[in-house]
Amino acid sequence: MTDLHRDPVANWETDFDHQHPDYAAAAPAIWADLREQCPIAHSDRYGGAWLPTRHEDIAAISKDTEHFTSNGVVVTEFRPDIPAPMGYAPPITSDPPFHAIARGILLKFFSPKAIDGWEHVARRTCRELIADIKVRVANGETMIDAAGSYSQHIPAGVMADMLALPREDGDKFRQFIHNIMEDADNPIEKPYEETIEYYLDTNIAARRLDLGDDLISYLCQADIEGMALLDEHVRGTIALLIIAGIDTTWSAIGASIWHLAQSPEDRQRWLSDPAVRPFAIEEFLRFYAPVTMARLVAEDVEVSGCPMKQGEWTLLPFPAANRDPEAFDRADEFVINRERNRHSAFGLGIHRCVGSNLARMELRVALEEWMDAFGDFELADPESVTWSTGQVRGPRSLPLHIPA
Amino acid sequence: MKINYDRSACQGHNRCYMLAPELFDTDDEGYAILLVNGDVPAELHEKARLAADNCPEFAITIED
Repeated sequence: MTDLHRDPVANWETDFDHQHPDYAAAAPAIWADLREQCPIAHSDRYGGAWLPTRHEDIAAISKDTEHFTSNGVVVTEFRPDIPAPMGYAPPITSDPPFHAIARGILLKFFSPKAIDGWEHVARRTCRELIADIKVRVANGETMIDAAGSYSQHIPAGVMADMLALPREDGDKFRQFIHNIMEDADNPIEKPYEETIEYYLDTNIAARRLDLGDDLISYLCQADIEGMALLDEHVRGTIALLIIAGIDTTWSAIGASIWHLAQSPEDRQRWLSDPAVRPFAIEEFLRFYAPVTMARLVAEDVEVSGCPMKQGEWTLLPFPAANRDPEAFDRADEFVINRERNRHSAFGLGIHRCVGSNLARMELRVALEEWMDAFGDFELADPESVTWSTGQVRGPRSLPLHIPA
Repeated sequence: MKINYDRSACQGHNRCYMLAPELFDTDDEGYAILLVNGDVPAELHEKARLAADNCPEFAITIED
């Protein structure tokens, strides 16, 4: 965490800081205040940044690829140094028309039917983790960290298998993610051997000599109009899958378990009414949407009266869009059987999360298996739950008491 | 009841396919394919409304 030296926020309308611990602690209340008063906040931090809070504005910016570029998607003091149209991690950092090409290469791996083929891997992963937890509970452990012992390992394990990388590298993945997402403003110079670039370059080079049917092999053999993908493209896309595909889903699973730990009624409803589960999954995604995206302003533009200048950031807090009372009835309530739920947890417009079907499957399987194993559990100590700061929001430690 | 699907608005969220597989399939890239031509059978009216009301991109509309 880098927050100790962050300046206090004087005014959330004019000086917001989404990496401040006060934001992590109370983001929904901050969005609600801003939505009524502002509704697009500005900050001089990060070289200039905007924070829209209404569904309408967030949707409009998400779909405006003319005035906004995806070249930068993580807000930092710096500006990205890998130019459009590809960017560092295609397709998330790519703009049209290259974006559609880079995205098209990935889509067939992540379609609902392709993802069905990975469900058994997710389920086996969950069951192995649960078996370990059951042994610990039976041995008298009174506190289980559901983030450290369960939620974080599920997307990391499945992604390792999709990429045919060792599952033991999950710790490395998490370190890379932390460096990029939570320490984005404090890039400590690391030796090349400790960077994600080195890790990926080494593994990709080895894979080129020993191709299989995994996603790295597929990218190594993919082409654009007959030309093999650039090395930076292959590396950037795999970096994206690791960075965007793990702590996001880990956050959604953890936040859902955090919710269930505090709601005996919703636990009971989940267990007794399987028909409610598809709606419950989408409500978890709406209410605890982990991901806030970002864009850079490519050309000066006015959005709802706010003059956005070229080179400034704008955040896209999809979790704020999901709680906008203009877009949702009872927006601030978790309604487990909400049947009308046009949430934007996976973004809007052309950058809809390419892994959304994988994430949704992992969330569903993780909750099915967890609830089958442990119908009854509660927070061991609500004060000791810690949440990530920055653009991916979820519990990073989640101590639960599980009755033996 | 008629159901309309706007392929140009679809971003492949797949909510329709999950909620109403009788009405929507998905292609190899995960974009929706509308399976009905003309009237939606009465027993699928509620599913059609669910698909329309859950599309994040407003790509599905219903004509009653």
